[in-house]
Amino acid sequence: MEALLHQVMLGISNGAIYGGVALALVMIFKSTHHVNFAQGELAMFTTYVSWTLIQAGVPYWAAFALTLMFAFALAAAIQGLILQRVQHAPVLVVVIVFIGLLIFLNSMASWIFGTTIKPFPSPFAVDAWYGTAYFSPHQVGMTVVTLATLAAVYGFFRYTRLGLAMRAAAINPISSRLVGVRVDLMLALCWGFAGLLGAVAGMMAAPMFYLAPDLMSGILVYALAAALLGGIDNPWGAPIGGFIVGVAENLAGSYLVGTQIRLSVALLIIVVVLLFKPSGLFGRKSVVRV
Amino acid sequence: MSALLELRGVSASYGAAPVLQSIDLAVEQGAVVALLGANGAGKTTLLRAVCNMMVRTGGEIRLAGKRIDGQSTAGIVRLGVAHVPEGRGTFEELTVAENLRLGSYVRRDADGVTRDLARVLGYFPVLEQRQRQQAGTLSGGEQQMLAIARALMLRPKLLLLDEPSFGLAPMVVQKIFEILGTINRQESIGMLLVEQNARLALDLASHAFVLETGRLVMSGEASTIAGDESVRRAYLGM
Repeated sequence: MEALLHQVMLGISNGAIYGGVALALVMIFKSTHHVNFAQGELAMFTTYVSWTLIQAGVPYWAAFALTLMFAFALAAAIQGLILQRVQHAPVLVVVIVFIGLLIFLNSMASWIFGTTIKPFPSPFAVDAWYGTAYFSPHQVGMTVVTLATLAAVYGFFRYTRLGLAMRAAAINPISSRLVGVRVDLMLALCWGFAGLLGAVAGMMAAPMFYLAPDLMSGILVYALAAALLGGIDNPWGAPIGGFIVGVAENLAGSYLVGTQIRLSVALLIIVVVLLFKPSGLFGRKSVVRV
Repeated sequence: MSALLELRGVSASYGAAPVLQSIDLAVEQGAVVALLGANGAGKTTLLRAVCNMMVRTGGEIRLAGKRIDGQSTAGIVRLGVAHVPEGRGTFEELTVAENLRLGSYVRRDADGVTRDLARVLGYFPVLEQRQRQQAGTLSGGEQQMLAIARALMLRPKLLLLDEPSFGLAPMVVQKIFEILGTINRQESIGMLLVEQNARLALDLASHAFVLETGRLVMSGEASTIAGDESVRRAYLGM
């Protein structure tokens, strides 16, 4: 029973990370109708940047904040300088660009930072008061940080003028231009926020898995499963999908399939969702009027 | 004094095929100008050319004397051109209130926006009760009203209207045109109106142009155009 509870809690904290990356995927999908396969590598690369800053003696939370700014700028620049040029290209071209970005970021990380795995510090002390037998302080901390980031992003989109303009640009770019919204800028900002969410997920995940160029490759698959399960066009579905995938993955890994092949749980979820409920649990059915 | 909107030798094309050729057209301050023509004559393209949207243009387009051709759509909107596109272009997933807020997106005068919201909802009281509703759940007529209301929230100098009667019941169309008339009388907004329903358009407009396969073939006082034999036969069904 205790082991079960432990696995559930572990699933929830992992799920927070998957949910964060899933929301990043959903944001980009909603605004451009593309799945950003390079989302994970972007997060991994920015996590290396924060590692470099921390190694250089920058205090953790300062490095955290600087990394968020870097991640925002890098992601916005990728949209503005690269993807904007292929926005009207066939979808296969865009997919190839994403895969190119994935390989490029991965190779750059290996080249610049080396491929040896590195321990990554957690800002949450091992003996902090909020740790319990089931939930280590880092797991509590990362769940709280991820949820707080999600809440901030939702608040931004729901209550600010710029957030409204970004939603409008995603829903109807033509009408958005007609009310004076600079749609290309909004897409770049949207990428920026997605990059920021990924950076938070990367920095929170790294202390659990060590930092290596493949830090996010598994997480991206779980996040994709979470996004599809929650409904790829529903931002509210992403974190819920993340928690479900996190818990399912941990329970299946412990009791059903063993830890070696638990990534296949995510693949199974992806296949089942796509086969039986492509709109996900909370997505809207896409109806094409003809 | 220069006209509010002036087109000189304007051409427009999608890709290689020219849609408009050597168009000269003017809309005076506060005037309603109707643009008539059959399907495919290039009416919608002309409105798109004015705000540089989805179409390549040549020639000169001036707003209150200043060249605007070549500027970005968002930039032209900021100069005071509101476009109610064909198919209304409402943000269906957003609420009515959010649609209206987007209409005033480029404005920085919060007090003015609040006053304008009250004024615009005065024109379209039905939107007042529907503010929290998703725009996509409104009826066609209400969506058209929302599209016009959203355009007015810009406090535009020039309003481009692309077939506001399209797909609506005659009663609703009548009402929308009455409101457009009221708006024109109460505010000095110039309107360029593309309309299939030539009779309604000529009633509202002071001036009219007739477009045929990409060229202007006739222009004049709305009453003169309405009395023209060929126009009566082609567009008024008499």
